Amino acid sequence: MRELGSGDIFYMLLAIRWTLLLSIVAFAGGAAGGILVALARTGRFRWLRLLAAGFIKIFQGTPLLMQLFLAFFTPGIFGINVNPLAAAALGLSLNASAFLGEIWRGSIQVVPAGQTEAATALGLRYWPMMALVIAPQAVRIAIPPTVGFLVQLIKGTSLASIIGFVELTRAAQIVNNATFHPFTIFGIVALAYFVICWPLSVYSRRMERRLAVAAR
Amino acid sequence: MSYDFDFQDVFAAWPELAWGALHTLVLSGIAMAIGMVVAVAGALGKTSGPKPVRVVIDAYIELIRNTPFLIQIFMIFFGLPSFGIRLSSNTAAVIALVVNVSAYGIEIIRAGIESIRAGQIEAGKALGLKPLQIFRLIVLKPAIQAIYPALTSQFILLLLNSSVCSAIAATELTAAAGDIQSRTFRSFEVYFVITCIYFAMSVFFWGVFGALERTFLRTPSGR
Repeated sequence: MRELGSGDIFYMLLAIRWTLLLSIVAFAGGAAGGILVALARTGRFRWLRLLAAGFIKIFQGTPLLMQLFLAFFTPGIFGINVNPLAAAALGLSLNASAFLGEIWRGSIQVVPAGQTEAATALGLRYWPMMALVIAPQAVRIAIPPTVGFLVQLIKGTSLASIIGFVELTRAAQIVNNATFHPFTIFGIVALAYFVICWPLSVYSRRMERRLAVAAR
Repeated sequence: MSYDFDFQDVFAAWPELAWGALHTLVLSGIAMAIGMVVAVAGALGKTSGPKPVRVVIDAYIELIRNTPFLIQIFMIFFGLPSFGIRLSSNTAAVIALVVNVSAYGIEIIRAGIESIRAGQIEAGKALGLKPLQIFRLIVLKPAIQAIYPALTSQFILLLLNSSVCSAIAATELTAAAGDIQSRTFRSFEVYFVITCIYFAMSVFFWGVFGALERTFLRTPSGR
């Protein structure tokens, strides 16, 4: 057992970069997947709509921790060894695809049907209509809940510590195992997460209020 | 693909899985029940308490909502003993879940309280409804209708979140899976099976909550 030094604090704070990297990768993967899920969910093909709905339900109905465990152990079946970072990025990306897909489905569906009809009447095909007419209106509505989900995602990266990826939470456990000052160590870590997440929460709430006022 | 699936060891451990699943349900049920009592108190404090109380409750909500549950559970299980408060892992798990769910519950209950309008109660009196009828039909039912969807999905989130309690070795399904895995080394099979159990629980509660809503919380349509 040794004392908790400034080097330990510095080591933990440096691990924030892994939390941020994992959040960014998962959000990017989730955004790409989420667009596909949202389009499939609102599209013309019944089987695609059902497939997307099933995908969303599976991720909403199982613990994120299990999703990460399966992302870690499933590639092994195919003889692929994944490191904890890749597994966590894969699991969180799939999770974000489902949740962002559901959020963006809602945003697409609140764009009034008259907009689709007008675009069709003007002779726009599906992709130009989606890109030029629906997306610009849906994005405005989607921003507050998307940022709200980003907070969930950043908090969710802490579970990557359980499959052995050394991000902020795992770094804190390592330091705690050596020095045993749990209250100080996890307090600092809680504060670090709060500093990252709180501004996003405030921004999401403010945007939501602004949209609500604009809609009146 | 040369992997040999072997679910036998996992299925053989079904008493452990059932035991774990039961504890997950009990843990979630207890935490939700206590959490709602805390949330009602918090919501009352937030809507009608003095300013310092409101500020403290707001700070609590923001703090809990913007930090990971895993850190909260570590603070309670590993951090509190620094102040001489030593908790068993199961007690710490219940407390952590209560602390977490109440931060979300307060806002839900508050929205329910604020959905009741004084004008509606006056309208009820004007129509000659008895006080009990006013409470049942104009206060209670609309308030429950307003909070029911958010509250029931919060319970399912809590149920799924309780898997994180395995990190402090609380008695529940994910911890049971960890035990089976360390004995059989069938990692994929174990976690696949318990993921299915969690999903079955979610589907079950989605169904039950939906059926209850359709049976008891229908608003008679004007047509």
